[in-house]
Amino acid sequence: MTAIPLGHLLILAAALFTLGMIGVMTRRNVLVMLMSIEVMLNAVNLTLVAFSRYNGWTEGHVLAFFIIAVAAAEAAVGLAMVLAVFRLKQTVYVDELKLLKR
Amino acid sequence: MSMELILFYVLGGGALAFAAAMLLPNVGRNPIHSALSLVGSLFCLAGLYALLSAHLLSALQIIVYAGAVMVLFTFVIMLLNLQPDEIQPVRLTAIKVIAGIIGLFVFGKLITAITLATGGAQSVDLTPYAGKLEGNEWKTLTAGGYENYGTIRTVGRMLYSTFLVPFELVSVLLLVAAVGAVVLAKRSLHYIDQPEPPPAKLNRLANKPEAAPAHDDHGHH
Repeated sequence: MTAIPLGHLLILAAALFTLGMIGVMTRRNVLVMLMSIEVMLNAVNLTLVAFSRYNGWTEGHVLAFFIIAVAAAEAAVGLAMVLAVFRLKQTVYVDELKLLKR
Repeated sequence: MSMELILFYVLGGGALAFAAAMLLPNVGRNPIHSALSLVGSLFCLAGLYALLSAHLLSALQIIVYAGAVMVLFTFVIMLLNLQPDEIQPVRLTAIKVIAGIIGLFVFGKLITAITLATGGAQSVDLTPYAGKLEGNEWKTLTAGGYENYGTIRTVGRMLYSTFLVPFELVSVLLLVAAVGAVVLAKRSLHYIDQPEPPPAKLNRLANKPEAAPAHDDHGHH
């Protein structure tokens, strides 16, 4: 019998999600922060696919497909915003974007 | 240890290692290195999807993520054209230590929840025709049974029948995102009426104010 323990798949997805979360919280480069968000979305996708395979459903694949589409849209809009902000401030570091701070 | 289990550990470890390398201060200092390690992580995840019989998702992961999205990332990184003196070293501050502790705490909570929830769960059976056949409307939709599990035929039928409305809404969302990205990244909206001559040096994305040099707002705070 060829089988993968379900818990191992879920723990892998949890570790990936945590890595993405730590990346968003610790890195200040907005490009790396966007990439960390992609990692988090991929961890959720892995969970959906694992549960789909476990239960023999296909709904999880459809939901993961939608998540991929939303992630592509998010990356496009996010990177356009990075370009616009860079044109204004000449920086990609979120620590230096403090127009609202004073 | 079966071949599938070995593949799972290799691919899972690869995905984790590449994702961690993306965040390491010395590898991830240059965004292009981060992007390349993220591509590696996405490829490992595509292999995991293929291992779990999600054939369509595995292909989509490579085409959409490792192809389209990461090409977009690298394009933007190269368009920004960050000079080496503009890339800041990663500093360890107190708030980052707190963030790391919070992240580890959340990871511990997730591990606890997973071990509690999957206490009585069996393994994910990778043999063909696995899964619970009874009570699924899937049996009627997929005439060939579970040999088509996760293929374009199965997932596509579901996309165009049960999930037709969300599917169309996602297409609208992608259109809106494309239009929004173009509007956001445009130089200025009255550029159409009064075309200005292109600046001499395009490498700084142009039209920064002439008075303020680029590095002036780095040091004085």
